[in-house]
Amino acid sequence: MISKLINRKIFTLLKVQYSNMLEYRVEIALWAISGIIPFFMLNIWTNNNLNESINISDVMLSRYFLCAFFVRQFSVVWVVFSFEEDSLMGKVSPYLIQPLNPFFRYFAQHLAEQITRFPFALIIAFFFFIFNPESIWIPNLSILFLSIVSTFLSFLIQFLIQSIVACLCFWTEKASSIERLLFIPTLFLSGLLAPVVSFPAYVKSWIYLTPFPYLIDFPANLLSGNETNISGGLSMQILWILLLFPLFKKIWSEGTKKYTAMGS
Amino acid sequence: MVQKNIIDVRNLSKSFDISSKEPGLKGTIKHFFKRQTKSLKVIKDISFKIKEGEIVGFLGANGAGKTTILKMLCGLIYPSEGSILVSGYLPFRRKENFLKNITLIMGQKQQLIWDLPPIESFYLNASIYDLDKFEAKSRIKKLSEMLEIDKELFIPVRKLSLGQRMKSELLAALIHEPNILFLDEPTLGLDINAQRNLRKFLQKYNKETNATICLTSHYMKDITSLCKRVICVHEGAISYDGKLDLLLKKLSPVKEILIVCRSEEDAIKLANSSFTVKNKIKNEITIKIENNSITSSLKNILNNFDIEDLFINEPPIDEIIGKVLIKKDYDI
Repeated sequence: MISKLINRKIFTLLKVQYSNMLEYRVEIALWAISGIIPFFMLNIWTNNNLNESINISDVMLSRYFLCAFFVRQFSVVWVVFSFEEDSLMGKVSPYLIQPLNPFFRYFAQHLAEQITRFPFALIIAFFFFIFNPESIWIPNLSILFLSIVSTFLSFLIQFLIQSIVACLCFWTEKASSIERLLFIPTLFLSGLLAPVVSFPAYVKSWIYLTPFPYLIDFPANLLSGNETNISGGLSMQILWILLLFPLFKKIWSEGTKKYTAMGS
Repeated sequence: MVQKNIIDVRNLSKSFDISSKEPGLKGTIKHFFKRQTKSLKVIKDISFKIKEGEIVGFLGANGAGKTTILKMLCGLIYPSEGSILVSGYLPFRRKENFLKNITLIMGQKQQLIWDLPPIESFYLNASIYDLDKFEAKSRIKKLSEMLEIDKELFIPVRKLSLGQRMKSELLAALIHEPNILFLDEPTLGLDINAQRNLRKFLQKYNKETNATICLTSHYMKDITSLCKRVICVHEGAISYDGKLDLLLKKLSPVKEILIVCRSEEDAIKLANSSFTVKNKIKNEITIKIENNSITSSLKNILNNFDIEDLFINEPPIDEIIGKVLIKKDYDI
């Protein structure tokens, strides 16, 4: 049953959404470029020698921020905004009476966008290496594979968190404002602005109990070759997915009872 | 052949929580600190049954509750009270087999992917409804020929005209060959030819598949050419449920006949006879005759008066139906 769903519905959804995303290739290139915050942060860190306080070399730090850029490129989620717009415009209604949860559409949209984004991210990485040739490295295949898995799990966590927030549209029409609240801890605690290891020990112990460090910090450390607990990180990612998925299902089933099909 | 009830609605009600705000700054501040919401009952204890293969029109003024009824029938919104059974399923549970049996088309609301040709959305819908590629291809071919859009399949949706888009929406919504169609103003915004073609298509689809169609429309031509039965909704309650022609007869029991006499004397003679005269200008006289005595009255007029010409004026159907929309109850 599940394999049938993946083979037919998801594959067709992916194919169609990829064709759709190719129509927006210029926008996607711009989106990719707009994700270069980690490179600014790298500049701030290296110019102020902040890495010395956490015993990370310049090279490892630049690899970390490049990997943070890559992880962010392939885990960025905007489902709350799409769902909110579709919900307010009444576009969700036809999806709701089809035998496929509408979130599969958004899921395929994100995957298709990531595939479209991939070459642009590679071009940005190419320029990064031109300006930082000492940072060039080739991760071994098993690390590369685990990093891809971990980045996908990070995407799943963020997709589930945002989908849960998106479902709040059934109660409050502007769920995206709640997402903006979540953006603050995501920005500061995920490792996008600074590796989590740079936080004071008592703060770190709390941060690791939240899903945020597993969004960017863990996969970026894994890919860049920095010291990290691979099995612990992957387990925490899976644990968060297992916690969030039933929550999403519950809020979805309760929310659809509240749906008023406005705008349609 | 006795046809079974495919839709069974009993004592159905729906309430929405509506927040209200007084105008002005004071009202805004008051609204900010304390929202006033009240429960508004938009559907009030309605019951009806629809047989398999029937085409039923839902009539009512804006905000009467027609669309809310359709949304509950297709499972889009949850009823507050009462029960609905559609094809043996509780719609709001949205079971896969139920969803494969129905479709909802809302005029001006689109599910087609804007930047891609409609064929991409058709194949996507086909896979969502578990149709294999061969089956999907043959259904797209058949429906696109019926809808006469086979040439537009490969043009991006954004480049299609409204009529072509509406037809494509219809194809996307019918690709899984549902046997219950919920159509909410399907001809909204279409030109006269496109409206006629769509009606012809729906008649054909109903005839070929014995599909049940529930339709709302503000274009009376949609209702009169498609529906034998209408359900009139007034302020959330059913004011009439029955045959359309019976309703029209009841609402319009007399016909107006314009008679052009050869001379003014004849017109005066006619005006002084037993007929009800609406007006008289020189040799032209308009009289009112009850529907059930039209033949005998006309025979009488033609035999006893020197008539040059004669016109029977049917009252405009929009005018008749308009009466339904503002009246609470029709005892027919």
